[in-house]
Amino acid sequence: MAVASVPGAVRRFVDSDVFYSFRRSKVTMAAAAVTFVIVICSVLAPWIVPHNTYDVRSLNLLDAFTPPVWIEGGKPQYLLGTDDQGRDVFSTIMLGARVSLLVGFCATLFAMTIGVFLGLVSGYIGGTTDAVIMRVADVKLSFPAILIALLIDGVARGIIPRDMHDDLALYVVIFSIGISNWVAYARTVRGSTLVEKNKEYVQAARIIGLHPLTIMIRHVLPNVMGPVLVIGTLGLAGAILAEATLSFLGVGVPGTQPSLGTLIRVGNNFLFSGEWWMTIFPGVMLVILVLAVNLLGDWLRDALNPKLR
Amino acid sequence: MIAFVIRRLLQSLIVMLTVGFVAFSMFNFLGDPINNMVGQDATEAEREHLRHVLGLDQPFYIQFLVYLGNALQGQFGMSYRLGMPVVRALAERLPATLELVFCAAGLALLVGVPLGVYTGLHRDRWLSKVFLTLSLIGISLPTFLIGILLILVFAVYLGWLPSFGRGDVVDLGWWTTGFLTVSGIKALILPAITLALFQLTLVMRLVRAEMMEVLRTDYIKFARARGLTNRAVHFGHALRNTLVPVITITGLQIGSLIAFAIVTETVFQWPGMGLLFLQAVQFVDVPVMSSYLVLIAFFFVAINLVVDLLYYFVDPRLRADRAVASGHG
Repeated sequence: MAVASVPGAVRRFVDSDVFYSFRRSKVTMAAAAVTFVIVICSVLAPWIVPHNTYDVRSLNLLDAFTPPVWIEGGKPQYLLGTDDQGRDVFSTIMLGARVSLLVGFCATLFAMTIGVFLGLVSGYIGGTTDAVIMRVADVKLSFPAILIALLIDGVARGIIPRDMHDDLALYVVIFSIGISNWVAYARTVRGSTLVEKNKEYVQAARIIGLHPLTIMIRHVLPNVMGPVLVIGTLGLAGAILAEATLSFLGVGVPGTQPSLGTLIRVGNNFLFSGEWWMTIFPGVMLVILVLAVNLLGDWLRDALNPKLR
Repeated sequence: MIAFVIRRLLQSLIVMLTVGFVAFSMFNFLGDPINNMVGQDATEAEREHLRHVLGLDQPFYIQFLVYLGNALQGQFGMSYRLGMPVVRALAERLPATLELVFCAAGLALLVGVPLGVYTGLHRDRWLSKVFLTLSLIGISLPTFLIGILLILVFAVYLGWLPSFGRGDVVDLGWWTTGFLTVSGIKALILPAITLALFQLTLVMRLVRAEMMEVLRTDYIKFARARGLTNRAVHFGHALRNTLVPVITITGLQIGSLIAFAIVTETVFQWPGMGLLFLQAVQFVDVPVMSSYLVLIAFFFVAINLVVDLLYYFVDPRLRADRAVASGHG
């Protein structure tokens, strides 16, 4: 039965308003295509990169500082040149985008989970619980996310023993970015929950004696998810930027698994000696990725906004 | 009015106490401070003595009260890394950061407001579309990348401007300024632009949205019907009414400018508080980290308070509403 309903679901999606507005906007389609290509390349990166840059044995120091192919001195096997240790820049960018996307995605999911849950509880239960959660959100909102992420990272450095730090750094970054971004979800979900909880279907569910948690998750949640998806998409762009910023500052992911931000930081050391490609290409990749995701988020916001239909 | 001020002051106090508590807890979370102070071969009796002298054997809430008392007197302890009082380290760096932040805020307003007015008034001109596209790219460009690009173009290739440091500064005793020397001003240009760019796009989009909103209102239609010139309508009536939210947002953004200065200061090796904080994070220098947190929180709370009070004075409607409400009650 589930199998039979799949074509129906696809047709419903193709006929929907959302898909219609998607097809009408060329910019959105381009952004979606770019995002799709980057995501696919990142997922498959370990198998399709021309050079495995994590493998130290494959590096050749004699190839260090090779410029991109179209500049004099470039070598055909290194499309975008190499870095200070002879790593192929094109390969490091693909593997770096993979780390950036992974951290951004996990951090967004983490922030979304906390935010949606707290928003649901806050809106549905109300009273003191609501007041406490919203005051915490207010205080949190009065500090920039980057500062909170940096502080958490600093505290984690103090707690975690030095030899374990590199292994756990990825989780610390995900946690610190996630925890500094949940407020937007909580506020939005709380607002929609306040509206939904007075509707008849919620009252009906309450009368037949369902547990409040069941009502929140099974009945209220699906009806407040629209705006959450919009915030989530824009939040993904924000999380990728936050990760890049942390890694650029040297407190993000460890150097053994460089993200785009780490690549930019390392390349920045060689900017003055004229090896610009080590910084600029990862930077361009980062901007394209963030711009594409931002455009998708903007489109989703307009497409799901009933006022603009 | 007085009740309003007192309520806001109380709220600010609660926020500061919360932040103070978080800052204080950092000491307890991050290892035993005694271990950081005594050598490996200190006896248990010596440790106990030091613990007693420093008041670390007191109950938690007493320690917190002592911490608050010291903080009020401006004593935040010694930096582990620098070996000097944290307050002195921060005070040395404060002028550099504040000069950078105020230049950036001024730049964002001076460029952002005119661009916002232009794009709001002439929505369909191609130049407006160019500005809007640029602003979208500006939002997607991370601050550090803007800084790197500016350095690459203006410092590495053109060699016009310095890429790091503050240039020559003049010491005024309690304040060091870079405004009085040519090299100081030249060193300020690139960091200020870098820090301002994101705020600039924010101000521009805000002014544009507000202008478009205001231009639809009845009083603008009425002003046009009275035969006023475009100039009078746009600048005398429309722009004036958009400025209240712009001032509010800009005021609130100064706090995040101070925080984002961390990134800019790292790119340009600007000797400000942000760079100090980042080094503290890397070396787990807890006194500096917690004091920076308290200081930033203080800036935020103070700015919020001032903006709220300004709002009250600037917008007559708020006063009228409250007068009516209190008249009934």
